[in-house]
Amino acid sequence: MSVTLASAESTPFEIAQAETPADTHETPADAHAAQPAGEVHTETGVAHGGEHASGVFPPFDQTTFASQLLWLAITFGLFYLLMSKVVIPRIGGILETRHDRIAQDLDEASRLKAEADAAIASYEQELAAARAKGNAIASTARDEAKAKADAERAKIEASLQDKIAGAETRIAEIKAKALADVGTIAEETTAAVVEQLIGAKATKAEIASAVKSAAGE
Amino acid sequence: MSNDPTHQFLVNKIVPIEIGGIDFSFTNASLFMVATVAAGIGFLYFTTGQRGLVPSRMQSVSEMSYEFIASMLREGAGSHGMKFFPFVFSLFMFVLTANMLGMVPYFFTVTSQIIVTFALAMLVIGTVVVYGFYKHGFGFLKLFVPSGVPGALLPLVVSIEVISFLSRPISLSIRLFANMLAGHITLKVFAGFVTSLSALGAVGVAGAILPLLMTVALTGLEFLVSFLQAYVFAVLTCMYLNDAVHPGGH
Repeated sequence: MSVTLASAESTPFEIAQAETPADTHETPADAHAAQPAGEVHTETGVAHGGEHASGVFPPFDQTTFASQLLWLAITFGLFYLLMSKVVIPRIGGILETRHDRIAQDLDEASRLKAEADAAIASYEQELAAARAKGNAIASTARDEAKAKADAERAKIEASLQDKIAGAETRIAEIKAKALADVGTIAEETTAAVVEQLIGAKATKAEIASAVKSAAGE
Repeated sequence: MSNDPTHQFLVNKIVPIEIGGIDFSFTNASLFMVATVAAGIGFLYFTTGQRGLVPSRMQSVSEMSYEFIASMLREGAGSHGMKFFPFVFSLFMFVLTANMLGMVPYFFTVTSQIIVTFALAMLVIGTVVVYGFYKHGFGFLKLFVPSGVPGALLPLVVSIEVISFLSRPISLSIRLFANMLAGHITLKVFAGFVTSLSALGAVGVAGAILPLLMTVALTGLEFLVSFLQAYVFAVLTCMYLNDAVHPGGH
């Protein structure tokens, strides 16, 4: 009995200690109503009150909502701020720089290609000019050579013609002289033949007329 | 640690703060929000520190996530939607980082709290509504009136459009929340099978092999879900922003 009394006496003190942090109003009444088993009852009551906060499914515990909302607002706000002020400009800048660099390199490449094309074109042009010049030189040289050869040939032909003409005149002279000599030779021969045959000398005039008449027939 | 699979979602106060009778304590949820900010920003900031013209591996991860969201937003909301890029990129990175941090054992999953996902969803819808009315005035309401619908059907179609618009924040928040919650509970339950079965002796250890394999497989799946839910959240955000940028232009 004394044990129960002691426990019953100590109960209000314990309740006061236990209940001050919690804000339940029913437990003191409960404790008064059931004094003999007060200690046990109060403790279950306190335990129950403590469990009440976590008794609901934790994600649906509305007592945490205000705190979660506030801290979400703070953290997400900070996250957004750091993102938009620091991270995104930085990554965007990196990508921009790379993009520009690639575009620049492509421009440079196309410029170099254009230069190379121009160099090839001018090379081709120069090659064509050189070829034309070479052709011109060759053809003039050929023409000159041909003209020189023609002139030489004409000169040689002319001199040959001269020589032929000279030779022909000489031949004609010689022929005429020879023909003129034929009469006298015939007269002399005739005189000699006559002298031998008849032993008399024929006159010059007779012989000449005889030769003439013989030549005339 | 208790075997209760919902224990991991308990919000515990670390620094009790109370303003005007409302509890604004710094809790483990707040701690992991801060950790999410630090990890997300830290990764993007330090991997791009070199500003390499030819990116390193980590830098190209950051650049890929940037261009991933940029192209998603451009496709979803057009070039006019690009002014929301910091917002969408922040949302994606925040959700992704929070999901991924939640995969670390004993870490708190910020996105497994309905209030957090609902707040993010309301932020999206609020942005859509505010920007829509600011930019187009009452023309924003054309969103609810699809063109080319016969007059008789119009009241029905408009009411369907309004209901679907109103259900957006709910579906957006519950999709993310439920996926993260269910995944973590499933993981915890199967991992719990392993410990409780292996306590039963040799037969139990043999029987624990199957749930162990399931736990390993589910961990892989949960990583996929973590990324996928962040992606889905960002894609839907882009679609909803498109309504704010081009109302009536479906």
